[in-house]
Amino acid sequence: MLNFFKKNKKEDANLEKDKKGLYQKLKDGLTRTRNNFTAKIDSILSLGRKIDDELFEELEEILILADVGVVTTEKIIENMKIKAKEQKIKEADKIKDLLAEEIYNIMEVNERPFNITSPTLILIVGVNGVGKTTTIGKLANKYKNEGKKVLLVAADTFRAAAIDQLEVWAGRNNCEIIKHEEGSDPASVVFDGIKAAKARGADIILCDTAGRLHNKKNLMEELKKIYRVAQREFDNANIETLLVLDATTGQNAVQQAKIFKEAVNVTGIILTKLDGTAKGGIVISIKSELDIPVRFIGVGEGIDDLQEFDSEKFVRALFE
Amino acid sequence: MAFESLTGKLQDIFKKLRGKGKLSEKDVKEAMKEVKIALLEADVNFKVVKEFINTVTEKSLGQEVMESLTPAQHVIKIVNDELTALMGSKESKINFSDKPPTIIMMVGLQGSGKTTTSGKLANYLKSKGKNPILVACDVYRPAAIKQLQVVGSSINVPVFSMGDKTTPVDIAKGAVDFAKNNNYNVVIIDTAGRLHIDEELMDELKNIKDAVNPNEILLVVDAMTGQDVVNVAESFNEKLDIDGVILTKLDGDTRGGAALSVKAVTHKPIKFIASGEKLTDIEVFHPDRMASRILGMGDVLSLIEKAQSQIDEKKALELQKKILDQQFSFDDFLEQLQGLKNMGPIDQLFSMIPGVNMSKLKGVNVSDKDIKRIEAIIQSMTKEERQNPSIINGSRKKRIAAGSGTSIQQVNSLIKQFEQTKKMMKQFTDLGKSTKIGKRRMPFFR
Ligand SMILES: Nc1nc2c(ncn2[C@@H]2O[C@H](COP(=O)(O)OP(=O)(O)OP(=O)(O)O)[C@@H](O)[C@H]2O)c(=O)[nH]1
Ligand SMILES: [Mg+2]
Repeated sequence: MLNFFKKNKKEDANLEKDKKGLYQKLKDGLTRTRNNFTAKIDSILSLGRKIDDELFEELEEILILADVGVVTTEKIIENMKIKAKEQKIKEADKIKDLLAEEIYNIMEVNERPFNITSPTLILIVGVNGVGKTTTIGKLANKYKNEGKKVLLVAADTFRAAAIDQLEVWAGRNNCEIIKHEEGSDPASVVFDGIKAAKARGADIILCDTAGRLHNKKNLMEELKKIYRVAQREFDNANIETLLVLDATTGQNAVQQAKIFKEAVNVTGIILTKLDGTAKGGIVISIKSELDIPVRFIGVGEGIDDLQEFDSEKFVRALFE
Repeated sequence: MAFESLTGKLQDIFKKLRGKGKLSEKDVKEAMKEVKIALLEADVNFKVVKEFINTVTEKSLGQEVMESLTPAQHVIKIVNDELTALMGSKESKINFSDKPPTIIMMVGLQGSGKTTTSGKLANYLKSKGKNPILVACDVYRPAAIKQLQVVGSSINVPVFSMGDKTTPVDIAKGAVDFAKNNNYNVVIIDTAGRLHIDEELMDELKNIKDAVNPNEILLVVDAMTGQDVVNVAESFNEKLDIDGVILTKLDGDTRGGAALSVKAVTHKPIKFIASGEKLTDIEVFHPDRMASRILGMGDVLSLIEKAQSQIDEKKALELQKKILDQQFSFDDFLEQLQGLKNMGPIDQLFSMIPGVNMSKLKGVNVSDKDIKRIEAIIQSMTKEERQNPSIINGSRKKRIAAGSGTSIQQVNSLIKQFEQTKKMMKQFTDLGKSTKIGKRRMPFFR
């Protein structure tokens, strides 16, 4: 999560270590950069500090470093400045609440729950290597645990051993998988998947697709075809298209979201790899510019490392 | 996009400042604000941007604005030059071991493209006459070994694997022994993706390194990575002292500012870029191309180039006048030669001029190899001799020959060539006037 305001227990420990000398200091340096975030914002907002341009510039830096992007960052800061004036805010630490409010305002617009009716087909899309297949493994686990009948569809027929990879996840979840040969037409795998889902009465159908860069016209056409097949063949089903985004991705994620949305009507985002040091702030820009909600976050490679996204919690977590 | 408007914004800032003069602090500051946004939107790390802006600001202050460039363009030129310099001034290649096999270890975050890139690198090295094997050390991700095997078989490179029950360290050691015994001269180790903060897995990499002593540890970085790339690169570099970077997924439309950030924090060269899903989609990294991609101002840069060629055109006009007045000197000759060096084979240039009789050009059929010698001879002449070649007598020739390490005959032949060129240029100029051949198309008048 974008938890740069969160108090980090490790921090004190690190400060302790620092006394050990230069070498240790250097060694701890990197962990500290990460934790510094919290320390930094606290020092920025420490009591008695004046609210001036410099303060806002420092907040700006924090947002930029979280990949929020220049445009959205400026928008947030501008709004904060106006409100700080309106509300005659004098103490710097009140600014924190304002910042929370601004981000929350962006994230909660049009918020509606992620409702899964039966049957629902979830098409998982995204650029290469973001975590699509792994996320399907995690989602299958989640829905199985909720007592749903889950079916996996191996529509990545392109990448070497992609089908084998999904099969491993099917095995781990003990659920069925529909697959063709490597190199076959992905739309026809989906076609067969839907047929099987109907016959077997599956509740949740999770379709893996090949990673593709959004600027590859032919690959996006291929994806549209998959989407059309799903719509046509599964008219009684709820269809969700979830875009998987890697939290380490920078500004390009906005472009990815925009083009995937145009192509296959993306209804939500899954933000992966938040167990690293990246903040995934780009989803704030995406929400602000394209109104696509975040549905899940990935926090590891394990089967349980998936959490539902909730913007209120999300913002609260920023300031806990 | 913010970038298209950058040109516009800069031009607005400098509207009032068109023309000559020195770059003032205010000009530069204003311009740098926009450059800063451009770099941030390209995902260059905030701290790297800040440092970069400071350096460039310092360099720009007080600089004379280049003739026929606006101050805005001049600033962009400085920015671009500086970016290119930062990206590394030349291409860098793989360090091959004197004692084969050369061991290459691929490391990086999950999903950065290590497996595919390992395959590409193997394919690339194979095409350069090497005999590589691939090593499957990703024992964690489902079907990772199978993926490498499929990749390997499609490029006909064997894959060394010991399944997923052996430790990566043992697999790597086993692979090196196998390569030695079977005459493979390159070993490419594909490791599992991992987070830079995962101490256990980072230690595992260190253990592989210590066990097999790779000649190259290459960090594979997704070109779309944002601000966090500095933390990633720093951690991997600190732990493993990497030798270089491979930037992947550049066939996307990202500006790829991560490239600059990685270079800035690790000081390690970017060696290759991967730009496609085919196993042939790998190429040697070109710093200048990356710089202009990050800056995202291709239009401004070509404008600058044009402006510079306008300067050259102005010079050409002066030169033309000199020729007409028979003042063409060895200095001018040298300058022209140096200009020509960047333009490709000389006879080819001549052949591009309409109406030129190639047989008349025998005397100036200078090969590129000769240019160096000619330069040396001219540089050994005194100022006076260059301006007025008719004073070059026997003893002067002897001195020039000695000074340039050439013979008197070579000096003689240059002087003769020079006179011929001078004569011929006059003919061209006359021809140009009579047949309306554009002056710009003359090779000597770029
Ligand atoms: N740390 C971490 N790693 C993850 C997460 N999600 C996925 N990964 C890893 O990222 C790598 C790529 O994941 P995949 O699921 O193969 O990604 P993909 O999008 O299906 O990749 P392609 O099909 O090749 O485009 C694997 O090593 C995963 O284990 C996450 O939330 N955190
Ligand atoms: Mg996949």
